Amino acid sequence: MTKAESPLTRLSAFFFRHRGLKLVLLLAVPLAWLIGVYLASLGSLLVQSFWRADELSPNPVHVWNLDNYREFLTGDPVYRSIVARTIGFAAITTLVDIVLAFPLAYYLTRVARPRTRRLMLVLITVPLFSSLIVRLYSVRLILDDGGILHSLLATFGLNVQIGFTELAMAIAFAYVWLPFMILPVYAALERVPGSLIEASRDLGAKGSTTFRTVVLPLAFPGVVAGSIFTFSLTLGDFITPAIVGGDNHQLIGSVVYSNFGIANNAPFAAAFATVPLVIMAVYLLAARRLGAFDHL
Amino acid sequence: MKKRIAVIALATAALLATSVAATAKPASKKLSGTLKVVAWEGYTENQWVKPFEKQTGCTVQHQYAGSSDEMYNLMKKNAGYDLVSASGDASNRLIASGLVQPIDPSTIPNWKQLTPQLVKGPNHYVDGKYYGLPWQWGPNVLMWNTAKYSGATNSWSALYDPKNKGKITIPNNPIQIADAALYLSKTKPALGIKDPYELNSAQLHAAVLLLKQQRPLIKAYWGFATDEVKIFQTGGATLGAAWPLAVAQLTRAGMKVSQTIPKEGATGWSDVWMLAKHPKNQPCAEAWLKYAAGAKVQAEVAKFNTYTPANLQSCKALGATLCKQLHADGDTAYLNRIKFWKTPLSDCGNGKNECAPYSEWVQAWTSIKG
Repeated sequence: MTKAESPLTRLSAFFFRHRGLKLVLLLAVPLAWLIGVYLASLGSLLVQSFWRADELSPNPVHVWNLDNYREFLTGDPVYRSIVARTIGFAAITTLVDIVLAFPLAYYLTRVARPRTRRLMLVLITVPLFSSLIVRLYSVRLILDDGGILHSLLATFGLNVQIGFTELAMAIAFAYVWLPFMILPVYAALERVPGSLIEASRDLGAKGSTTFRTVVLPLAFPGVVAGSIFTFSLTLGDFITPAIVGGDNHQLIGSVVYSNFGIANNAPFAAAFATVPLVIMAVYLLAARRLGAFDHL
Repeated sequence: MKKRIAVIALATAALLATSVAATAKPASKKLSGTLKVVAWEGYTENQWVKPFEKQTGCTVQHQYAGSSDEMYNLMKKNAGYDLVSASGDASNRLIASGLVQPIDPSTIPNWKQLTPQLVKGPNHYVDGKYYGLPWQWGPNVLMWNTAKYSGATNSWSALYDPKNKGKITIPNNPIQIADAALYLSKTKPALGIKDPYELNSAQLHAAVLLLKQQRPLIKAYWGFATDEVKIFQTGGATLGAAWPLAVAQLTRAGMKVSQTIPKEGATGWSDVWMLAKHPKNQPCAEAWLKYAAGAKVQAEVAKFNTYTPANLQSCKALGATLCKQLHADGDTAYLNRIKFWKTPLSDCGNGKNECAPYSEWVQAWTSIKG
């Protein structure tokens, strides 16, 4: 060995000889985070759901029982109708966002010039920089009884009350979660090679056939990824129903919040919070079935 | 360069001033150390905390709590807190758990100025001992838009009348069941409701039924006080259950609103200062209690939050209009019609555990809204 080894070279040689150690160093922090924060809090949630709330103290009584699950599975039918309503809102939000996001993402990838594209991508993400509460109140300015939309419709002689209705909530959901649909669909469409589309055309396929058989299948994983965001975000939200819905239409999140925050009944809230977990598990399995994760 | 010299000169002057101030400590400053308090937001603002620190030499360190549960938990952890600004649904728990100690009224010079009904509030006046120093309170009034609503306002029945469909807003809070129970205690005496917070299953059922009938009449349930204001301004509501805070804000915004306590009475909340069982800094805690009982401080807190001060002499500092708006004048007839919030417990005093605990109220509230 004629040349003196630099410390950096020696370090890299050390890691070359000890591959296991390299892996440990690479994953130690994220794994500690996943186990210590993510899995631990999920675990404590599950454990709590089998306990019972104490009347006088914020700490649950550690008596193992299934009462919390029984309460919403076989008790008051209100909990089942809240679950059904929540799934309905999540589904509608997802569909509306797909319809809004797909043409826009298609335009951005295939039509828009780079300058326009950059500008529009910034505009799409700008709302995410501001607080959700602020955005919801600005939706209210449009939808409330004295709001812009209401007065606009009134000039045409239509007296439609949208404020605090289910329609208002659906509009708000579709608005606040839209960027979460546009971005994955955009990313998927961007990865569709232009050569495939040209080849399809050269082989005599019509525009609609090319779209159906080439673009759509390749963009599908992006749509599913976006739908996972919009669906799960709606499932857990409690602020939108409170602010835009006037709490007239309770969702799963509203019930969890009122039991955790107001009622001091964390065990029931924890039990009810497993419902969206189960729904999302089913949703992800169905998405896998449809081949959404084949190209991961 | 001139600027920099000016800055240095200023800094030197400031340094001199502080050192002079430090040497010229008034002899009256006997106390020292940190006073740790658990408080609601808006209760430890500089406007009234700084003068206290200057007067006494104690340094106030506050910890805000977001809910009564959190407040209780902080005191229970025994982290060296000296005082807590407890609401009615925390004070009974704090006393029951032995986390607070009684206050000796003879040590508080302004004790006699405090609203008598609040001093003997059932949540902190236990076994002839005063565990709480009344601080701020507020009723839940019937508010209506005088330009748009001309119906009857002398009874809570306005909120249950199908004629007012789509015009009503009420708080999104399970404790609202007590409002229905209070109304039923007067309109359906056969139910035998004596205390709107102590309901057996039949009484709770009747209140829930009434609220379920009210459900289709509601325009929106409000969660935050600002929400309530917005629902009145642009949301289409013209009457509802409200806090005087909303009345004051809407009036300031130029809206024509009015408020009343209907003939059945009303619910309300009351916050008191409580002294920890083993305070780390008892002299400073006692000094704070003396200070907090004063009319001027209470008026300042009330103005800041639009609450009502418990000290009856506060009206001078509040001004006549605000005093009247907040009902700070100690109108006995008015106060006697308010049932102050407390946590519904299964033990409602007769030793039979037949009342519905708060968790059942919350489940009932979910069921009401559907």
